[in-house]
Amino acid sequence: MIEVRWHGRGGQGAVTSVEILAVAAIEEGKYAQGFPSFGPERRGAPVAAFNRVDNKQIKIRSGIYHPDAVVVLDEGLVGLVNVAEGLKPDGVLIVNTSKTAKELQKAIGFKGRIATVDATAIAREELGVPITNTTMLGALIKAIGIVKMDSLKSPIAHRFGRLAQKNLTAAQRAYNEIRLSA
Amino acid sequence: MSRRVGMEVAIAAAEAVALCNIDVAAVYPITPNTHVAEHLAEIVAEGRIDSEFITVESEHSALSAVLGAAGTGARAFTATSSQGLLYMQEVMPIASAMRLPVVMVIANRALSGPLNIWNDHSDIMLQRDTGWISLFAENGQEVVDMLIQAFKIAEHREVMLPVNVNMDGFQLTHTVEPIELPDQAEVDRFLPEYKPYATLHPDRPVTMGAFAMPEIFTEVMKAKDVAIVNAKKTILEVWKEWESLFGRRYEPVAAYKTEGAEVVLLTMGSMGETAEVAIDELRREGISAGLLKLKLWRPFPFEELKKAVKGVKVLAVTDRAVSYGGPGGPVCTEIRSALYDEPDRPVIVNYIIGLGGRDVTVEDFVTMGKRALEAKTKKSREAYKFYGVRGE
Repeated sequence: MIEVRWHGRGGQGAVTSVEILAVAAIEEGKYAQGFPSFGPERRGAPVAAFNRVDNKQIKIRSGIYHPDAVVVLDEGLVGLVNVAEGLKPDGVLIVNTSKTAKELQKAIGFKGRIATVDATAIAREELGVPITNTTMLGALIKAIGIVKMDSLKSPIAHRFGRLAQKNLTAAQRAYNEIRLSA
Repeated sequence: MSRRVGMEVAIAAAEAVALCNIDVAAVYPITPNTHVAEHLAEIVAEGRIDSEFITVESEHSALSAVLGAAGTGARAFTATSSQGLLYMQEVMPIASAMRLPVVMVIANRALSGPLNIWNDHSDIMLQRDTGWISLFAENGQEVVDMLIQAFKIAEHREVMLPVNVNMDGFQLTHTVEPIELPDQAEVDRFLPEYKPYATLHPDRPVTMGAFAMPEIFTEVMKAKDVAIVNAKKTILEVWKEWESLFGRRYEPVAAYKTEGAEVVLLTMGSMGETAEVAIDELRREGISAGLLKLKLWRPFPFEELKKAVKGVKVLAVTDRAVSYGGPGGPVCTEIRSALYDEPDRPVIVNYIIGLGGRDVTVEDFVTMGKRALEAKTKKSREAYKFYGVRGE
């Protein structure tokens, strides 16, 4: 079972990301959960959202405390929230930033793998807005291969309608441009 | 053909209700049931079902409107949570006394105060004695299935009682997960058109919800009790039919690895599957553990429970509500009472868990299983225990 935690701010679409990822996995015939951090959400406040994906039925419904991957939609959260909390030592931290993994390593204090991608720049160019949730899906898929890129098509089309192609292009660019540390 | 979809459970609940071709819905949205109301309103607005969606000003009005609609022979639905359910409470026993087969989904949530929007079972437990049939879903699939089953049970001529389907707020309502969504033809085959016993109509006047003097009130209350006790037969029949059509089995008390188990945990609602993982873990450690999952809360399944605990040494009942100053959590109180006359009843321990959204993990259930086993040999036992209290 793969467990993922997403960090974002209210309004940045972390909950949409977990929904798209869960639906993509389920449509592949896998089992998946996508859920927000339960409770009220306020625009701009730090939020988290979660995914579980497995090839067999997922029974656990408690929170995720030791994720295999963490996705950070908003670099401003680094230092504000302990984004690496509970992340497995062999897990991967995927951050939307123009910085390098080395530069981040110090600020976060996570000794494991860090992957970076300038999703804000991609989203601005492809979508015209700095909303990086769909862009970061591409980065996550490249980093851990949780679902196939093709599987994003149907849930993104369902969710974004005529804006779907732009979101898919942004995700594909993040997939191509993510910098994975060894 | 059913189709397997990835869907938020609250949205799936609204889809299930739409498949039942309701005539009227009246819902006042409240967290965490809001998406049920929103999505159902969308379905009606898009014309996917020919229904009236009444936007009421309160939950009291929601249930009242639904009752009025049911009185005219409409298939009617409402949904709520927590404070909203309490606001409905005045109308709850009226629904059952009038024998109106309305269906409600409850996104279970703690009661204020202190204000808390997260999940536990305090809201439904305060409705225990209102004469409604009460089902508890363990996952999104069961929410969908039970809602469709609920209309058939409620409208059955031998039952004619309101039914509530309980789904844990957030843990279920806000989770996207795989669900087999039946198609319209399948649901139509299972759920016939509602044929009301009596209807309000200006040309054929009848009285519903009349005044009752002391000379007759007791008899009406007994009639309600007999009706809900007898409803179990229909519930079991409906579940059997569901299994034959859809292949998914429903039982009042579902067992997981209880055969020959020394310690058995009991859950109600969405924690069942997490607890199953803990049972597997306990068994890996060499502890003979099992799990019972209560799906039917009212009418209480006395015979099924007695059968399920035969040979069990220790039964650890978990409760997600408190009876302050009472004999234990509401579920455990029922179970102790149900088993009191049994010659070889198990030692019963009671853990109050998961209040107001407190997470309960696999490790917590493993710990409860072990502690319950230790309790077996203790001379004096606490009637109930708040599990995981900070600082204890």
